[in-house]
Amino acid sequence: MIDPSSITALYLTLQLAVVSTLILLVLGTPLSWWLARTPWKGRSIIEAMVALPIVLPPTVIGFYLLLALGSEGPIGVLTAFLGIGSINFSFAGLVLGSVIYSLPFVVQPLQHAFSQLDDKQLEAAATLGASNADRFFSIAIPQAKKGYLTAGVLGFAHTLGEFGVVLMIGGNIPGETRVASIAIYDHVESMQYSQAHYLSATLLVISFLLLLITYVTQHKKREVSHVH
Amino acid sequence: MSIKVDISLLKQEFCLEAQFSVPKEGITAIFGSSGSGKTTLLRAIAGLEPNVIGDIEVGDESWLSSSGSTVATHQRSVGYVFQDSHLFTHLNVRKNLLYGFNRTARAQRRIIFDEVVTLLGIDSLLDKAVVQLSGGERQRVSIGRALLSSPQLLLLDEPMAALDNDSKSEILPYLERLHLTLSIPMLYVSHSTEEVTRLADHVVLIEDGKTSKYGPLLETVADMDSRLASQANAFGILEGKITAYDDDFRLASLDVGGVAFRIATNKIEINTSARIRVVAKDVSICLDKPDRTSILNVHQAKVVDIREYPLQGVCMVKLNVGNQSLLARISRYSYRHLGISVNSTVYAQIKAVALVH
Repeated sequence: MIDPSSITALYLTLQLAVVSTLILLVLGTPLSWWLARTPWKGRSIIEAMVALPIVLPPTVIGFYLLLALGSEGPIGVLTAFLGIGSINFSFAGLVLGSVIYSLPFVVQPLQHAFSQLDDKQLEAAATLGASNADRFFSIAIPQAKKGYLTAGVLGFAHTLGEFGVVLMIGGNIPGETRVASIAIYDHVESMQYSQAHYLSATLLVISFLLLLITYVTQHKKREVSHVH
Repeated sequence: MSIKVDISLLKQEFCLEAQFSVPKEGITAIFGSSGSGKTTLLRAIAGLEPNVIGDIEVGDESWLSSSGSTVATHQRSVGYVFQDSHLFTHLNVRKNLLYGFNRTARAQRRIIFDEVVTLLGIDSLLDKAVVQLSGGERQRVSIGRALLSSPQLLLLDEPMAALDNDSKSEILPYLERLHLTLSIPMLYVSHSTEEVTRLADHVVLIEDGKTSKYGPLLETVADMDSRLASQANAFGILEGKITAYDDDFRLASLDVGGVAFRIATNKIEINTSARIRVVAKDVSICLDKPDRTSILNVHQAKVVDIREYPLQGVCMVKLNVGNQSLLARISRYSYRHLGISVNSTVYAQIKAVALVH
Protein backbone atom coordinates (compact mmCIF):
# COMPACT_ATOMS: atom_id res chain seq x y z
CA MET A 1 0.00 0.00 0.00
CA ILE A 2 1.06 3.58 -0.59
CA ASP A 3 3.03 4.75 2.45
CA PRO A 4 2.29 7.96 4.44
CA SER A 5 5.46 9.72 3.28
CA SER A 6 4.33 9.31 -0.33
CA ILE A 7 0.93 10.76 0.57
CA THR A 8 2.67 13.71 2.21
CA ALA A 9 4.77 14.23 -0.91
CA LEU A 10 1.70 14.07 -3.11
CA TYR A 11 -0.20 16.48 -0.92
CA LEU A 12 2.73 18.90 -0.91
CA THR A 13 2.97 18.71 -4.69
CA LEU A 14 -0.70 19.57 -5.11
CA GLN A 15 -0.35 22.41 -2.62
CA LEU A 16 2.65 23.78 -4.51
CA ALA A 17 0.86 23.48 -7.84
CA VAL A 18 -2.28 25.25 -6.57
CA VAL A 19 -0.41 28.13 -4.94
CA SER A 20 1.96 28.58 -7.89
CA THR A 21 -0.84 28.48 -10.45
CA LEU A 22 -2.88 31.06 -8.57
CA ILE A 23 0.12 33.38 -8.28
CA LEU A 24 0.92 32.82 -11.96
CA LEU A 25 -2.62 33.64 -13.09
CA VAL A 26 -2.60 36.86 -11.06
CA LEU A 27 0.88 37.97 -12.17
CA GLY A 28 0.53 36.57 -15.67
CA THR A 29 -2.62 38.57 -16.42
CA PRO A 30 -1.10 42.06 -16.52
CA LEU A 31 2.13 40.78 -18.09
CA SER A 32 0.38 38.94 -20.92
CA TRP A 33 -2.11 41.79 -21.43
CA TRP A 34 0.81 44.16 -21.82
CA LEU A 35 2.68 41.77 -24.15
CA ALA A 36 -0.44 41.32 -26.29
CA ARG A 37 -1.29 45.01 -26.56
CA THR A 38 1.90 47.06 -26.40
CA PRO A 39 3.09 48.56 -29.66
CA TRP A 40 6.65 48.63 -28.22
CA LYS A 41 9.00 46.71 -30.52
CA GLY A 42 11.34 45.75 -27.66
CA ARG A 43 8.67 43.48 -26.21
CA SER A 44 10.38 40.60 -28.04
CA ILE A 45 13.13 40.75 -25.40
CA ILE A 46 10.56 40.20 -22.67
CA GLU A 47 8.86 37.47 -24.70
CA ALA A 48 12.16 35.65 -25.13
CA MET A 49 12.88 35.92 -21.40
CA VAL A 50 9.44 34.56 -20.54
CA ALA A 51 9.97 31.63 -22.91
CA LEU A 52 13.44 30.70 -21.55
CA PRO A 53 12.20 28.10 -19.03
CA ILE A 54 10.79 26.06 -21.93
CA VAL A 55 14.26 25.41 -23.36
CA LEU A 56 16.62 25.74 -20.40
CA PRO A 57 17.53 22.67 -18.35
CA PRO A 58 15.63 23.10 -15.08
CA THR A 59 18.94 22.65 -13.28
CA VAL A 60 20.18 25.89 -14.84
CA ILE A 61 17.17 27.80 -13.49
CA GLY A 62 17.63 26.03 -10.18
CA PHE A 63 21.31 26.88 -10.04
CA TYR A 64 20.80 30.61 -10.61
CA LEU A 65 17.88 30.63 -8.18
CA LEU A 66 20.06 28.95 -5.58
CA LEU A 67 22.60 31.75 -5.97
CA ALA A 68 19.96 34.50 -6.00
CA LEU A 69 18.24 33.14 -2.93
CA GLY A 70 21.48 32.56 -1.03
CA SER A 71 22.72 34.96 1.65
CA GLU A 72 24.87 36.81 -0.96
CA GLY A 73 22.22 36.81 -3.70
CA PRO A 74 19.90 39.76 -4.40
CA ILE A 75 16.76 37.96 -3.28
CA GLY A 76 18.58 36.52 -0.28
CA VAL A 77 19.71 39.99 0.76
CA LEU A 78 16.14 41.24 0.40
CA THR A 79 14.60 38.38 2.40
CA ALA A 80 17.27 38.80 5.07
CA PHE A 81 16.51 42.51 5.20
CA LEU A 82 12.82 41.71 5.65
CA GLY A 83 13.78 39.42 8.47
CA ILE A 84 12.63 36.22 6.74
CA GLY A 85 16.08 34.80 6.22
CA SER A 86 16.99 32.69 3.20
CA ILE A 87 14.09 30.94 1.49
CA ASN A 88 16.34 28.29 -0.02
CA PHE A 89 15.19 24.84 1.04
CA SER A 90 11.72 26.11 1.99
CA PHE A 91 8.23 25.88 0.56
CA ALA A 92 8.33 29.62 -0.28
CA GLY A 93 11.48 29.06 -2.31
CA LEU A 94 9.77 26.25 -4.20
CA VAL A 95 6.82 28.49 -4.99
CA LEU A 96 9.16 31.14 -6.38
CA GLY A 97 10.98 28.50 -8.43
CA SER A 98 7.72 27.08 -9.77
CA VAL A 99 6.43 30.51 -10.73
CA ILE A 100 9.53 31.13 -12.85
CA TYR A 101 9.63 27.58 -14.17
CA SER A 102 5.97 27.55 -15.27
CA LEU A 103 5.71 31.20 -16.32
CA PRO A 104 5.66 30.61 -20.10
CA PHE A 105 2.99 27.95 -19.78
CA VAL A 106 0.65 30.53 -18.26
CA VAL A 107 1.72 33.68 -20.07
CA GLN A 108 1.69 32.31 -23.59
CA PRO A 109 -1.92 31.05 -23.65
CA LEU A 110 -3.09 34.25 -21.97
CA GLN A 111 -1.14 36.43 -24.38
CA HIS A 112 -2.60 34.50 -27.28
CA ALA A 113 -6.12 34.88 -25.90
CA PHE A 114 -5.70 38.62 -25.33
CA SER A 115 -4.29 39.21 -28.81
CA GLN A 116 -7.33 37.48 -30.30
CA LEU A 117 -9.70 39.97 -28.68
CA ASP A 118 -11.82 42.04 -31.03
CA ASP A 119 -10.77 45.66 -30.53
CA LYS A 120 -14.08 46.81 -31.94
CA GLN A 121 -15.96 45.11 -29.12
CA LEU A 122 -13.76 46.95 -26.65
CA GLU A 123 -14.49 50.21 -28.47
CA ALA A 124 -18.20 49.42 -28.44
CA ALA A 125 -17.96 48.87 -24.68
CA ALA A 126 -16.26 52.26 -24.29
CA THR A 127 -19.05 54.02 -26.17
CA LEU A 128 -21.49 52.27 -23.82
CA GLY A 129 -19.85 53.87 -20.81
CA ALA A 130 -17.31 51.25 -19.72
CA SER A 131 -14.00 52.58 -18.37
CA ASN A 132 -10.65 50.91 -19.11
CA ALA A 133 -10.79 48.69 -16.03
CA ASP A 134 -14.47 47.93 -16.57
CA ARG A 135 -13.81 46.85 -20.16
CA PHE A 136 -10.97 44.64 -18.99
CA PHE A 137 -13.11 42.80 -16.47
CA SER A 138 -16.40 42.75 -18.39
CA ILE A 139 -15.13 42.03 -21.91
CA ALA A 140 -11.47 41.01 -22.02
CA ILE A 141 -11.35 38.49 -19.19
CA PRO A 142 -14.64 36.70 -20.00
CA GLN A 143 -13.64 36.47 -23.66
CA ALA A 144 -10.22 35.11 -22.71
CA LYS A 145 -11.86 32.35 -20.62
CA LYS A 146 -10.49 29.60 -22.85
CA GLY A 147 -7.01 31.08 -22.51
CA TYR A 148 -7.36 31.11 -18.72
CA LEU A 149 -8.44 27.47 -18.68
CA THR A 150 -5.47 26.42 -20.82
CA ALA A 151 -3.09 28.61 -18.82
CA GLY A 152 -4.37 27.25 -15.52
CA VAL A 153 -4.17 23.61 -16.57
CA LEU A 154 -0.77 23.87 -18.20
CA GLY A 155 0.67 25.87 -15.31
CA PHE A 156 -0.72 23.39 -12.81
CA ALA A 157 0.32 20.26 -14.72
CA HIS A 158 3.76 21.62 -15.45
CA THR A 159 4.33 22.47 -11.79
CA LEU A 160 3.27 18.94 -10.80
CA GLY A 161 6.11 17.57 -12.91
CA GLU A 162 8.78 19.94 -11.64
CA PHE A 163 11.97 18.11 -10.65
CA GLY A 164 15.23 19.81 -11.58
CA VAL A 165 14.49 23.16 -9.99
CA VAL A 166 13.26 21.54 -6.77
CA LEU A 167 16.31 19.36 -6.62
CA MET A 168 18.56 22.42 -6.75
CA ILE A 169 16.77 24.79 -4.37
CA GLY A 170 14.46 22.56 -2.38
CA GLY A 171 16.35 19.53 -1.44
CA ASN A 172 14.43 16.73 0.16
CA ILE A 173 12.76 17.86 3.39
CA PRO A 174 9.61 15.78 4.01
CA GLY A 175 6.45 17.93 4.28
CA GLU A 176 8.39 21.05 3.29
CA THR A 177 10.16 20.48 -0.02
CA ARG A 178 9.90 16.78 -0.76
CA VAL A 179 7.49 16.83 -3.71
CA ALA A 180 6.21 13.78 -5.60
CA SER A 181 8.79 13.84 -8.37
CA ILE A 182 11.62 13.83 -5.81
CA ALA A 183 9.90 11.10 -3.82
CA ILE A 184 9.66 8.94 -6.95
CA TYR A 185 13.35 9.40 -7.58
CA ASP A 186 14.11 8.40 -3.98
CA HIS A 187 11.88 5.35 -4.19
CA VAL A 188 13.61 4.20 -7.35
CA GLU A 189 17.02 4.80 -5.79
CA SER A 190 16.07 2.61 -2.86
CA MET A 191 14.45 0.00 -5.13
CA GLN A 192 10.92 0.65 -3.77
CA TYR A 193 9.33 0.22 -7.18
CA SER A 194 5.79 -0.27 -5.92
CA GLN A 195 5.84 3.09 -4.10
CA ALA A 196 7.33 4.71 -7.22
CA HIS A 197 4.47 3.11 -9.19
CA TYR A 198 1.78 4.51 -6.91
CA LEU A 199 3.12 8.04 -7.17
CA SER A 200 3.95 7.89 -10.87
CA ALA A 201 0.57 6.49 -11.81
CA THR A 202 -1.18 9.13 -9.71
CA LEU A 203 0.71 11.96 -11.43
CA LEU A 204 0.09 10.36 -14.82
CA VAL A 205 -3.65 10.06 -14.24
CA ILE A 206 -4.02 13.59 -12.82
CA SER A 207 -2.06 15.14 -15.69
CA PHE A 208 -3.93 13.14 -18.31
CA LEU A 209 -7.32 14.03 -16.86
CA LEU A 210 -6.44 17.73 -16.70
CA LEU A 211 -5.33 17.81 -20.33
CA LEU A 212 -8.35 15.77 -21.37
CA ILE A 213 -10.70 18.25 -19.73
CA THR A 214 -8.98 21.14 -21.52
CA TYR A 215 -9.17 19.56 -24.94
CA VAL A 216 -12.77 18.43 -24.50
CA THR A 217 -13.95 21.90 -23.46
CA GLN A 218 -12.05 23.51 -26.32
CA HIS A 219 -13.72 21.26 -28.87
CA LYS A 220 -17.10 21.96 -27.35
CA LYS A 221 -16.57 25.71 -27.70
CA ARG A 222 -15.54 25.29 -31.30
CA GLU A 223 -18.70 23.35 -32.09
CA VAL A 224 -20.89 26.04 -30.55
CA SER A 225 -19.28 28.82 -32.52
CA HIS A 226 -20.04 26.99 -35.75
CA VAL A 227 -23.77 27.38 -35.24
CA HIS A 228 -24.88 30.41 -37.18
CA MET B 1 -29.11 73.46 -28.86
CA SER B 2 -26.69 72.40 -31.51
CA ILE B 3 -23.86 70.04 -32.34
CA LYS B 4 -20.73 71.98 -33.15
CA VAL B 5 -17.69 70.28 -34.56
CA ASP B 6 -14.46 71.97 -35.59
CA ILE B 7 -11.66 69.44 -35.57
CA SER B 8 -8.64 68.27 -37.44
CA LEU B 9 -6.76 65.02 -37.34
CA LEU B 10 -3.70 63.68 -39.09
CA LYS B 11 -3.77 59.91 -39.40
CA GLN B 12 -0.91 58.41 -41.39
CA GLU B 13 -1.37 59.90 -44.87
CA PHE B 14 -4.93 60.99 -44.24
CA CYS B 15 -5.92 64.43 -43.07
CA LEU B 16 -9.38 65.13 -41.70
CA GLU B 17 -10.66 68.66 -41.37
CA ALA B 18 -14.24 68.91 -40.28
CA GLN B 19 -16.19 71.99 -39.43
CA PHE B 20 -19.96 72.08 -39.10
CA SER B 21 -22.80 73.05 -36.84
CA VAL B 22 -26.19 71.37 -37.00
CA PRO B 23 -29.21 71.39 -34.69
CA LYS B 24 -29.15 68.84 -31.89
CA GLU B 25 -32.31 67.16 -33.13
CA GLY B 26 -33.46 64.92 -35.93
CA ILE B 27 -31.15 63.04 -38.25
CA THR B 28 -28.08 64.67 -39.74
CA ALA B 29 -26.53 62.69 -42.56
CA ILE B 30 -22.78 62.80 -43.09
CA PHE B 31 -22.71 62.20 -46.78
CA GLY B 32 -19.73 61.51 -48.99
CA SER B 33 -18.15 58.85 -51.17
CA SER B 34 -16.19 55.88 -49.81
CA GLY B 35 -12.84 56.90 -48.36
CA SER B 36 -13.89 60.50 -47.82
CA GLY B 37 -13.32 60.26 -44.07
CA LYS B 38 -16.89 59.85 -42.87
CA THR B 39 -16.10 57.01 -40.49
CA THR B 40 -13.00 58.74 -39.14
CA LEU B 41 -15.09 61.83 -38.45
CA LEU B 42 -17.65 59.78 -36.55
CA ARG B 43 -14.94 57.98 -34.57
CA ALA B 44 -13.36 61.31 -33.72
CA ILE B 45 -16.67 62.57 -32.36
CA ALA B 46 -16.99 59.43 -30.23
CA GLY B 47 -13.45 59.90 -28.92
CA LEU B 48 -12.22 56.69 -30.52
CA GLU B 49 -9.49 58.41 -32.53
CA PRO B 50 -6.39 59.63 -30.73
CA ASN B 51 -4.69 62.91 -31.66
CA VAL B 52 -7.82 64.82 -32.60
CA ILE B 53 -7.50 68.54 -32.01
CA GLY B 54 -10.18 71.21 -32.01
CA ASP B 55 -13.62 71.58 -30.48
CA ILE B 56 -16.57 69.27 -30.17
CA GLU B 57 -19.68 70.57 -28.46
CA VAL B 58 -22.90 68.65 -28.11
CA GLY B 59 -25.63 70.80 -26.61
CA ASP B 60 -24.15 72.31 -23.49
CA GLU B 61 -21.47 69.64 -23.09
CA SER B 62 -17.96 70.09 -24.37
CA TRP B 63 -16.33 66.79 -25.37
CA LEU B 64 -13.16 68.29 -26.75
CA SER B 65 -11.85 71.78 -26.61
CA SER B 66 -8.89 73.42 -28.24
CA SER B 67 -7.70 74.44 -24.78
CA GLY B 68 -6.73 70.80 -24.45
CA SER B 69 -9.44 69.32 -22.29
CA THR B 70 -10.86 66.12 -23.63
CA VAL B 71 -13.57 63.81 -22.34
CA ALA B 72 -12.84 60.08 -22.59
CA THR B 73 -15.11 57.98 -24.78
CA HIS B 74 -16.78 56.22 -21.86
CA GLN B 75 -17.71 59.59 -20.37
CA ARG B 76 -19.21 60.98 -23.57
CA SER B 77 -22.94 60.43 -23.64
CA VAL B 78 -22.75 58.81 -27.02
CA GLY B 79 -24.30 55.79 -28.68
CA TYR B 80 -22.36 54.23 -31.54
CA VAL B 81 -23.75 51.80 -34.08
CA PHE B 82 -20.90 50.20 -36.02
CA GLN B 83 -21.07 48.97 -39.58
CA ASP B 84 -20.61 45.38 -38.43
CA SER B 85 -22.58 45.70 -35.19
CA HIS B 86 -19.74 44.33 -32.97
CA LEU B 87 -22.05 42.74 -30.46
CA PHE B 88 -20.36 41.19 -27.44
CA THR B 89 -19.86 37.59 -28.44
CA HIS B 90 -19.73 36.25 -24.89
CA LEU B 91 -23.12 37.70 -23.94
CA ASN B 92 -26.61 36.85 -25.15
CA VAL B 93 -28.89 39.42 -26.74
CA ARG B 94 -30.48 40.58 -23.49
CA LYS B 95 -27.12 41.09 -21.79
CA ASN B 96 -25.81 42.94 -24.82
CA LEU B 97 -28.80 45.27 -24.66
CA LEU B 98 -28.33 45.85 -20.94
CA TYR B 99 -24.57 46.47 -21.07
CA GLY B 100 -24.85 50.21 -21.61
CA PHE B 101 -28.15 50.49 -19.73
CA ASN B 102 -26.55 49.15 -16.54
CA ARG B 103 -23.72 51.64 -16.89
CA THR B 104 -26.05 54.61 -17.18
CA ALA B 105 -26.93 56.47 -14.00
CA ARG B 106 -30.52 55.78 -13.00
CA ALA B 107 -31.45 59.46 -13.25
CA GLN B 108 -30.15 59.65 -16.80
CA ARG B 109 -32.03 56.68 -18.17
CA ARG B 110 -34.62 58.03 -20.58
CA ILE B 111 -35.14 54.97 -22.69
CA ILE B 112 -37.25 52.09 -21.47
CA PHE B 113 -36.05 48.55 -22.16
CA ASP B 114 -39.41 47.12 -23.19
CA GLU B 115 -40.09 50.09 -25.44
CA VAL B 116 -36.86 49.66 -27.39
CA VAL B 117 -37.33 45.92 -27.65
CA THR B 118 -40.80 46.40 -29.10
CA LEU B 119 -39.76 49.27 -31.34
CA LEU B 120 -36.95 47.22 -32.87
CA GLY B 121 -38.96 43.99 -32.97
CA ILE B 122 -36.38 41.95 -31.06
CA ASP B 123 -38.61 40.45 -28.35
CA SER B 124 -38.16 36.94 -29.63
CA LEU B 125 -34.36 37.23 -29.77
CA LEU B 126 -33.65 38.19 -26.17
CA ASP B 127 -32.35 34.82 -24.99
CA LYS B 128 -30.44 33.96 -28.15
CA ALA B 129 -26.67 33.92 -28.51
CA VAL B 130 -25.45 36.64 -30.85
CA VAL B 131 -23.91 34.09 -33.25
CA GLN B 132 -27.42 32.83 -33.98
CA LEU B 133 -28.65 36.17 -35.32
CA SER B 134 -28.94 37.20 -38.94
CA GLY B 135 -27.18 40.33 -40.15
CA GLY B 136 -30.32 42.43 -39.92
CA GLU B 137 -31.16 41.15 -36.44
CA ARG B 138 -27.65 41.84 -35.23
CA GLN B 139 -27.84 45.41 -36.43
CA ARG B 140 -31.20 45.93 -34.75
CA VAL B 141 -29.80 44.62 -31.47
CA SER B 142 -26.78 46.87 -31.89
CA ILE B 143 -29.04 49.90 -32.38
CA GLY B 144 -31.01 48.89 -29.29
CA ARG B 145 -27.84 48.44 -27.26
CA ALA B 146 -26.70 51.95 -28.17
CA LEU B 147 -30.12 53.49 -27.50
CA LEU B 148 -30.41 51.91 -24.06
CA SER B 149 -27.44 53.90 -22.80
CA SER B 150 -29.73 56.94 -23.26
CA PRO B 151 -27.18 58.87 -25.32
CA GLN B 152 -27.28 62.60 -25.98
CA LEU B 153 -26.21 61.76 -29.50
CA LEU B 154 -26.53 58.58 -31.51
CA LEU B 155 -23.80 57.95 -34.10
CA LEU B 156 -24.59 55.50 -36.88
CA ASP B 157 -21.77 54.40 -39.16
CA GLU B 158 -23.36 53.11 -42.36
CA PRO B 159 -25.47 50.73 -40.29
CA MET B 160 -26.80 49.09 -43.42
CA ALA B 161 -23.67 48.88 -45.55
CA ALA B 162 -22.85 45.33 -44.52
CA LEU B 163 -26.40 44.10 -45.10
CA ASP B 164 -28.02 42.56 -48.15
CA ASN B 165 -31.00 44.33 -49.68
CA ASP B 166 -33.62 42.34 -47.80
CA SER B 167 -32.04 43.11 -44.43
CA LYS B 168 -31.71 46.74 -45.47
CA SER B 169 -35.38 47.10 -46.15
CA GLU B 170 -35.88 45.37 -42.81
CA ILE B 171 -33.86 48.04 -40.93
CA LEU B 172 -34.98 51.25 -42.62
CA PRO B 173 -38.54 51.26 -41.24
CA TYR B 174 -37.14 50.76 -37.72
CA LEU B 175 -34.81 53.71 -38.14
CA GLU B 176 -37.68 55.85 -39.32
CA ARG B 177 -39.84 54.78 -36.40
CA LEU B 178 -36.97 55.59 -34.06
CA HIS B 179 -36.71 59.00 -35.58
CA LEU B 180 -40.40 59.63 -35.01
CA THR B 181 -40.73 58.08 -31.56
CA LEU B 182 -37.56 58.96 -29.67
CA SER B 183 -36.10 62.41 -29.58
CA ILE B 184 -32.48 61.34 -29.81
CA PRO B 185 -30.43 63.33 -32.31
CA MET B 186 -28.47 61.18 -34.74
CA LEU B 187 -25.44 61.60 -36.95
CA TYR B 188 -25.85 59.13 -39.76
CA VAL B 189 -22.88 58.33 -41.98
CA SER B 190 -23.83 57.16 -45.44
CA HIS B 191 -22.78 57.14 -49.07
CA SER B 192 -26.23 56.06 -50.21
CA THR B 193 -28.36 58.81 -51.73
CA GLU B 194 -31.38 56.60 -51.11
CA GLU B 195 -30.80 56.42 -47.35
CA VAL B 196 -29.96 60.08 -47.07
CA THR B 197 -33.03 61.16 -49.01
CA ARG B 198 -35.20 58.94 -46.93
CA LEU B 199 -33.91 59.70 -43.47
CA ALA B 200 -32.02 62.94 -43.19
CA ASP B 201 -33.24 66.32 -42.01
CA HIS B 202 -29.83 67.91 -42.23
CA VAL B 203 -26.74 66.97 -44.12
CA VAL B 204 -22.99 67.51 -43.86
CA LEU B 205 -21.17 66.98 -47.15
CA ILE B 206 -17.65 65.56 -46.93
CA GLU B 207 -15.02 64.98 -49.64
CA ASP B 208 -11.37 63.94 -49.30
CA GLY B 209 -11.43 64.41 -45.56
CA LYS B 210 -12.87 67.90 -45.67
CA THR B 211 -16.40 68.92 -44.91
CA SER B 212 -17.68 71.40 -47.44
CA LYS B 213 -21.33 72.31 -47.00
CA TYR B 214 -23.76 71.64 -44.21
CA GLY B 215 -27.35 72.61 -43.52
CA PRO B 216 -30.93 71.51 -44.15
CA LEU B 217 -31.00 68.57 -46.56
CA LEU B 218 -33.06 70.00 -49.41
CA GLU B 219 -31.15 73.25 -49.70
CA THR B 220 -27.72 71.77 -49.12
CA VAL B 221 -27.82 69.07 -51.80
CA ALA B 222 -28.87 71.73 -54.31
CA ASP B 223 -26.23 74.21 -53.14
CA MET B 224 -24.40 75.20 -56.29
CA ASP B 225 -21.20 75.91 -54.36
CA SER B 226 -20.88 72.34 -53.16
CA ARG B 227 -18.74 69.77 -54.94
CA LEU B 228 -21.79 67.51 -55.06
CA ALA B 229 -23.68 69.90 -57.32
CA SER B 230 -20.79 69.98 -59.78
CA GLN B 231 -20.69 66.23 -60.18
CA ALA B 232 -22.37 64.05 -62.76
CA ASN B 233 -24.48 62.40 -60.06
CA ALA B 234 -25.84 65.69 -58.67
CA PHE B 235 -29.45 65.54 -57.59
CA GLY B 236 -32.22 67.58 -56.05
CA ILE B 237 -34.71 66.51 -53.41
CA LEU B 238 -38.28 67.78 -53.30
CA GLU B 239 -40.68 67.28 -50.46
CA GLY B 240 -44.45 67.25 -50.44
CA LYS B 241 -47.65 65.45 -49.62
CA ILE B 242 -49.34 62.66 -51.52
CA THR B 243 -52.74 64.09 -52.46
CA ALA B 244 -54.22 61.41 -54.68
CA TYR B 245 -53.65 57.98 -56.14
CA ASP B 246 -54.97 56.88 -59.50
CA ASP B 247 -55.56 53.13 -59.39
CA ASP B 248 -56.17 52.88 -63.11
CA PHE B 249 -52.90 54.47 -64.22
CA ARG B 250 -51.05 53.55 -61.05
CA LEU B 251 -49.93 57.13 -60.57
CA ALA B 252 -49.61 59.07 -57.32
CA SER B 253 -49.95 62.80 -57.13
CA LEU B 254 -47.42 64.65 -54.99
CA ASP B 255 -48.07 68.25 -54.12
CA VAL B 256 -44.83 70.24 -53.96
CA GLY B 257 -45.65 73.80 -52.98
CA GLY B 258 -48.69 73.87 -55.24
CA VAL B 259 -47.06 71.99 -58.12
CA ALA B 260 -48.49 68.52 -58.74
CA PHE B 261 -45.93 65.83 -59.59
CA ARG B 262 -47.17 62.59 -61.13
CA ILE B 263 -45.26 59.60 -59.89
CA ALA B 264 -45.53 56.04 -61.14
CA THR B 265 -45.64 53.87 -58.04
CA ASN B 266 -47.38 51.04 -56.28
CA LYS B 267 -50.41 51.88 -54.19
CA ILE B 268 -49.55 54.49 -51.63
CA GLU B 269 -51.62 56.02 -48.87
CA ILE B 270 -52.76 59.56 -49.46
CA ASN B 271 -52.00 62.39 -47.08
CA THR B 272 -48.62 60.94 -46.22
CA SER B 273 -45.59 63.16 -46.75
CA ALA B 274 -43.00 61.97 -49.18
CA ARG B 275 -39.80 63.01 -50.87
CA ILE B 276 -38.67 62.60 -54.43
CA ARG B 277 -35.10 62.53 -55.58
CA VAL B 278 -34.50 63.92 -59.05
CA VAL B 279 -31.11 63.32 -60.65
CA ALA B 280 -29.90 66.45 -62.45
CA LYS B 281 -29.14 64.46 -65.62
CA ASP B 282 -32.80 63.47 -65.85
CA VAL B 283 -33.99 67.05 -66.04
CA SER B 284 -34.08 68.87 -69.36
CA ILE B 285 -35.14 72.42 -70.08
CA CYS B 286 -37.62 73.71 -72.69
CA LEU B 287 -38.59 77.28 -73.42
CA ASP B 288 -42.07 76.36 -74.63
CA LYS B 289 -44.36 73.98 -72.86
CA PRO B 290 -44.16 70.63 -74.66
CA ASP B 291 -47.76 69.46 -74.63
CA ARG B 292 -47.45 66.36 -76.67
CA THR B 293 -44.88 64.34 -74.74
CA SER B 294 -44.73 61.05 -72.89
CA ILE B 295 -42.94 62.66 -70.00
CA LEU B 296 -45.13 62.75 -66.91
CA ASN B 297 -43.70 65.80 -65.25
CA VAL B 298 -43.28 69.04 -67.11
CA HIS B 299 -43.40 72.00 -64.76
CA GLN B 300 -42.93 75.68 -65.05
CA ALA B 301 -39.77 76.76 -63.27
CA LYS B 302 -37.68 79.78 -62.65
CA VAL B 303 -33.93 79.78 -63.21
CA VAL B 304 -32.18 80.84 -60.01
CA ASP B 305 -28.55 80.02 -60.70
CA ILE B 306 -26.33 78.79 -63.50
CA ARG B 307 -22.83 77.28 -63.40
CA GLU B 308 -20.81 76.35 -66.44
CA TYR B 309 -18.25 73.55 -66.47
CA PRO B 310 -16.39 74.09 -69.76
CA LEU B 311 -14.08 71.12 -69.27
CA GLN B 312 -16.98 68.70 -69.26
CA GLY B 313 -18.99 70.79 -71.68
CA VAL B 314 -21.88 70.87 -69.27
CA CYS B 315 -23.83 73.37 -67.32
CA MET B 316 -25.74 73.05 -64.06
CA VAL B 317 -28.95 75.04 -63.82
CA LYS B 318 -30.72 75.50 -60.52
CA LEU B 319 -34.46 75.81 -60.91
CA ASN B 320 -37.17 76.85 -58.55
CA VAL B 321 -40.27 74.67 -58.71
CA GLY B 322 -43.00 75.17 -56.13
CA ASN B 323 -40.49 77.12 -54.02
CA GLN B 324 -38.14 74.15 -53.86
CA SER B 325 -34.90 73.53 -55.70
CA LEU B 326 -34.33 71.28 -58.65
CA LEU B 327 -31.04 70.83 -60.51
CA ALA B 328 -30.79 70.36 -64.26
CA ARG B 329 -27.58 69.22 -65.89
CA ILE B 330 -27.61 70.22 -69.54
CA SER B 331 -24.97 70.70 -72.21
CA ARG B 332 -23.27 74.06 -72.46
CA TYR B 333 -24.31 74.16 -76.05
CA SER B 334 -27.99 73.91 -75.11
CA TYR B 335 -27.58 76.55 -72.47
CA ARG B 336 -26.16 79.02 -74.98
CA HIS B 337 -28.60 77.92 -77.63
CA LEU B 338 -31.62 78.50 -75.38
CA GLY B 339 -30.28 81.83 -74.22
CA ILE B 340 -31.55 81.39 -70.68
CA SER B 341 -30.35 83.43 -67.76
CA VAL B 342 -31.11 83.88 -64.08
CA ASN B 343 -34.79 84.76 -63.62
CA SER B 344 -35.83 83.23 -66.95
CA THR B 345 -39.04 81.26 -66.82
CA VAL B 346 -38.63 77.84 -68.40
CA TYR B 347 -40.22 74.40 -68.42
CA ALA B 348 -38.43 71.62 -66.63
CA GLN B 349 -38.98 68.22 -68.20
CA ILE B 350 -38.34 65.55 -65.62
CA LYS B 351 -37.67 62.16 -67.08
CA ALA B 352 -37.46 60.16 -63.88
CA VAL B 353 -38.15 60.64 -60.21
CA ALA B 354 -37.37 58.31 -57.33
CA LEU B 355 -40.04 58.33 -54.68
CA VAL B 356 -38.94 57.85 -51.08
CA HIS B 357 -41.40 57.83 -48.26
